[in-house]
Amino acid sequence: MVISVLSETGCQRKSTTSGHHDTFVFKAEGAGLDPVLINMATTEVERSRGQLAAMSIAAVVIIVGVPLWWRTTETYRAWLPVTQITELAKLQLQLSADVEVVFARGTVTPEQQKKFPLTQTQDEEHEVDENTALRYRYETKYRTATIMEEDALNQPTAAEADLSLHTLSESPCGSLVVYVVPESSSLLPQDVDVYIGQRRTALLRLGAQMRVGRNLEQLLAHMEPRIKQVLKVMSFSHTDITAALSDRIRLSPGNKETIADSMRAFKSSPGYEITFSLLNPDPKSHRLHWDVEGAVRTYIQPLLTKLSPVANFSIDSQTLYYAMLGVNPRFDSSRSSYTLNADSLAHVINPVEARLGSNAASSNPVLNFLLYVPDALHSPLYILDHKKEEVSSNAFHSPRWGGIMVYNVHDLYGPQSAFPANININMAKVMGVFLAQLRLLLGVQASSPPPGFLMAPCGSTGLADWELDRLMWSRSVENVATATTTITSLAQLLDQIGTIVINDNIAEQVSSAVTSLQLAVAELEAGNLGFALQYSKEAILASERAFFDPSLLHLLYFPDDQKFAIYIPLFLPMCVPILLSVLKMVSEARQRRRDKQAKKD
Amino acid sequence: MAARRCLSSVLLFILCTFSVFTITRCQETTLAGDNGAAAGDSSPADTEAAEQTVEQTRWEATEVTEAIPDEAAADKQDSAAPETVAPSFTPPPKDDFQEELVIRPLHSGDIYASFQFRTLWQTDFTRENKVSHYGLFPKSLGQIISKFSVRELHISFTQGYWRTMQWGQPFQPSPPGAELWVWFQDSVTDVDGTWKELANVLSGIFCASLNFIDSTNTVQPSASFKPLGIANVTDHQFLRYATLPREIVCTENLTPWKKLLPCGTKAGLAVLLKSEKLFHSSFYSQAVHIRPVCEDWQCKTTSWELRQTLNVVFDLHTSGQGKREWSLFKMFSRTLTEACPLASTSKIYIDVTDNPQGEQFELSPFTALLTQAVVLGDRRTYSVYDLTQQITFGSVRSLNLLIRWKSSEGDMLRPLLHAERYVAGYGLQTGEIHTLMYNNHPYRSFPVLLLDSVPWYLRLYIHTLTVTSKGKDNKPSYIHYQPSKDRVRPHLLEMLVQLPPNSVTEVTVEFERALLKWTEYTPDPNHGFYVGSSVISALVPSIVAMDTNRTWESPLFSSFFPCKEESSYFVRIYTEPLLVNLPTPDFSMPYNVICLTCTVVAVGYGSLYNLLTRSFQIEEPSPGLAKRLANIIRKMRGVPPL
Repeated sequence: MVISVLSETGCQRKSTTSGHHDTFVFKAEGAGLDPVLINMATTEVERSRGQLAAMSIAAVVIIVGVPLWWRTTETYRAWLPVTQITELAKLQLQLSADVEVVFARGTVTPEQQKKFPLTQTQDEEHEVDENTALRYRYETKYRTATIMEEDALNQPTAAEADLSLHTLSESPCGSLVVYVVPESSSLLPQDVDVYIGQRRTALLRLGAQMRVGRNLEQLLAHMEPRIKQVLKVMSFSHTDITAALSDRIRLSPGNKETIADSMRAFKSSPGYEITFSLLNPDPKSHRLHWDVEGAVRTYIQPLLTKLSPVANFSIDSQTLYYAMLGVNPRFDSSRSSYTLNADSLAHVINPVEARLGSNAASSNPVLNFLLYVPDALHSPLYILDHKKEEVSSNAFHSPRWGGIMVYNVHDLYGPQSAFPANININMAKVMGVFLAQLRLLLGVQASSPPPGFLMAPCGSTGLADWELDRLMWSRSVENVATATTTITSLAQLLDQIGTIVINDNIAEQVSSAVTSLQLAVAELEAGNLGFALQYSKEAILASERAFFDPSLLHLLYFPDDQKFAIYIPLFLPMCVPILLSVLKMVSEARQRRRDKQAKKD
Repeated sequence: MAARRCLSSVLLFILCTFSVFTITRCQETTLAGDNGAAAGDSSPADTEAAEQTVEQTRWEATEVTEAIPDEAAADKQDSAAPETVAPSFTPPPKDDFQEELVIRPLHSGDIYASFQFRTLWQTDFTRENKVSHYGLFPKSLGQIISKFSVRELHISFTQGYWRTMQWGQPFQPSPPGAELWVWFQDSVTDVDGTWKELANVLSGIFCASLNFIDSTNTVQPSASFKPLGIANVTDHQFLRYATLPREIVCTENLTPWKKLLPCGTKAGLAVLLKSEKLFHSSFYSQAVHIRPVCEDWQCKTTSWELRQTLNVVFDLHTSGQGKREWSLFKMFSRTLTEACPLASTSKIYIDVTDNPQGEQFELSPFTALLTQAVVLGDRRTYSVYDLTQQITFGSVRSLNLLIRWKSSEGDMLRPLLHAERYVAGYGLQTGEIHTLMYNNHPYRSFPVLLLDSVPWYLRLYIHTLTVTSKGKDNKPSYIHYQPSKDRVRPHLLEMLVQLPPNSVTEVTVEFERALLKWTEYTPDPNHGFYVGSSVISALVPSIVAMDTNRTWESPLFSSFFPCKEESSYFVRIYTEPLLVNLPTPDFSMPYNVICLTCTVVAVGYGSLYNLLTRSFQIEEPSPGLAKRLANIIRKMRGVPPL
């Protein structure tokens, strides 16, 4: 079989349309061969070769080309612990608090002592919403007082008893000791049943109806609601915890009181900047001197040192001149003073805030405390509340922002002294107000005690141990709630937008956030409050770092239509011949089968 | 007329306020009683703070009786002094604020106004425990100094180019755009990281694009930009210098700058700083300089100095309707009524050197207070207005300085040193940077330090560097050259060149323009790319020493040798920034390239595919035309075909 291919001019195209398996026609010069036969044989060979070639090209495209294209155009997405994140989306929080109930002499009989149950566990379950469930576990231990504790309880006053009990043993963070004293005890005033100390102890007076002689079950059953109340005051209450969960759950509207309460405090953050600003709108009439450094050392620093497990604080202060309030105070002739109404307080801040300046050195939330000394023309200035009465402290605060105190100096201008008058500010008065506002803004709730409760005045630090515990409980829960929402929404986002590059460091942050979260939940369950807070802080830091990582923003955004526009010039001419030849092969195979069928018939 | 009426109403208002003042002064109560009440207030220490939630507003009155811990309350009784008027007690002034305005009528008929605000603070930012209680010093800058361990910080924003030939030397030179140079403490380990972070924070504070400062436009000059304050570190690895010649300066940069002033714009000279007037000028420059300075001659105590300067040149030809006169009100649309009460000095200086007998212009209100100062090597005379004196404001209680020119002639001494720069060459491949430095001193030569920082995309051919003056080769005595790295760092060229007297020294260097990646082009690439100004630092012989005619003013014994202090002065000159065109592609190019490549691939692939998959077969050759014709004829004849 000889096919001599002639020069190109000799070959001409027969069909110029869809050029697959086109038959090229050659001038045959072989004499003596039957052209038809040759034609038949060569056609057959050529066709099968052509088919093979088409199939192998298609195979190369599918086996090499498509994966290559896929690999080179895919975005890098590191592995994320998705299953663990979805588990976290359904949060089962268990808070465990240890309570030790110590019976002083004269409250239980020796027979009853022997029958004390070692520990008693009480569970309380709350379904907050479909994804969040809460369980409170109170582990109560019972024992009788030791001799030293008895001595301590024999102190004349409750405060002294509290102090000496504290020196005996230090209870760990998050746990409570309730001392049950007999009714006849002189420690507590007449109408007081429960005394809450500065540390983690409470004194509970046994009710009159619970004289010796009742059996133990009755005694314990009688004490239980009281102990529950103590627990609610000293460690956590359901309202606190649900408020702390506000990042996860939608609070039911209606209870405005709790919403206002929960809105007031700052969100949990690993650090806060506290800025004291002295606003002097009128430096021509008074020069103000405030010893803010000393005052901070005396009044604020002890509280912050105590709060150091919860967050880091940094303090600074500044003096701003010509800083005006946004509202013109109204002159009230009946009081012969200028007044600011509660309604107008909302407009006071804005012009001042522009002057305050943001912290250049960190991105932590800032708590602003402003001391406003009104100008000579507008003093004295008093703040009126909604009942049109003067606010005794002459101060107000704005939730999650800070506080303002108005400090009148009008009566301090000397009679003959030339302006400006030099005035020293009484920092004790100022810091008293700021300290109270700081406690509120940090979420140290001054909840009103139930009837029959007496609270010890807070000590030199301005914060009782149990108040710190309360704060730590709600902060841990809040951190856990925030971190879980951050992580789940990040996972959701990454899942939805497939073109975001997930780098290894983000995956690392996410994993560490998930581990810390799991640890925090486990520690809460075990009742180790300090560790729980520590882990929850780590979780929140890692999750925020992952969420706000700038590399997530580098999303190479190519809309689908643009992708098509780029791919079509390449893909269309390459795929159409392959597809058509495949189609043709299929149709030929079908034809052959039909022919065979016909032959058989 | 309207202004007059306005003024009188202002006056009335001030009078009213004054009367109210006196009334309030009369309301005096016994202090002792008040103190007692204050002390009594603080003793009850129950923590219950009955908090009343205000539902409508987010504002709540703090109803705190007292939350001071009782121990603290107990000890504060004796420790903390209750509020008092301090009649004799004045705390040691740890900080000090000064403000001044210098106005110099320029020979071109323009007015140069230079504001300076200086805050001195006796403190130590390098101390271990953070300084966190700020008085006059702005908190934001203080935090930057302590957080980033800054030893010295200089930042300037300039709109327009200072024309040295027409205007002489400015008090504070600055290049067009933004300039930032910082000396860090030697305790900083990661200088580059700190520098980057600092630039980002400053960009936030001044609302500027300083965040574009990165390693590609930052250099470490080895000889220029020595510390201006007291410094024991001169190792230039702690120095960073960057310019952004493209930066456009406007109101949003002025507002944060004004906020740094203790009095803001409420009182003092800063009242004049109204942005609509300031930016309607030929030249505008604002700067912040922070440095440690000595308090006394022995330098026993150091303090930090914050110097805020603002220089502006008003073009009064175009805005003055042909009349050559100006006033504060015309320039700033404000007049002055008071000094900043916090300022220890507050003064206005008007340069009247060229007008000793009042033949050039007339200044009103007249002041007898004159002062002389040697500024930039020249002895100048200034009329001084002290704003802290009530008498300055006169009976109208407002100061509106007015200059009316009598004659328009007047010649200016050419500045002894000035420089210019341009790009030569054609096409988009190579070019040549020419820097011309003029020494106009008639008989003295002096060395200058030239600093050039050229972005990497202009690839300098350093072997083509030539320095010629008066047609002869002028070999620089010191050359520091740091070649660029693509996309990493710019070229840095520093040279110490001796400028011969009365000469032009030309520095040329050739460069090649690089091709950028398509994402590296600016949004308007055909505008061109900026190359920052060259910086020329020099000790220039003083004009005072040069001018022998002046000797008649002083006794003969003092004028034979020019005194040392005045013999030379430091000057820094910035040249024009360059605008260089780079080869700029058509930006639909990537898509075109994709399409073209794909088409080429598709055509190649298509023919290959055809060749591979087509079946070839032999076909009966069709008879030729002649044969066919012959056959047709034969058919017609009835003869069998061929």
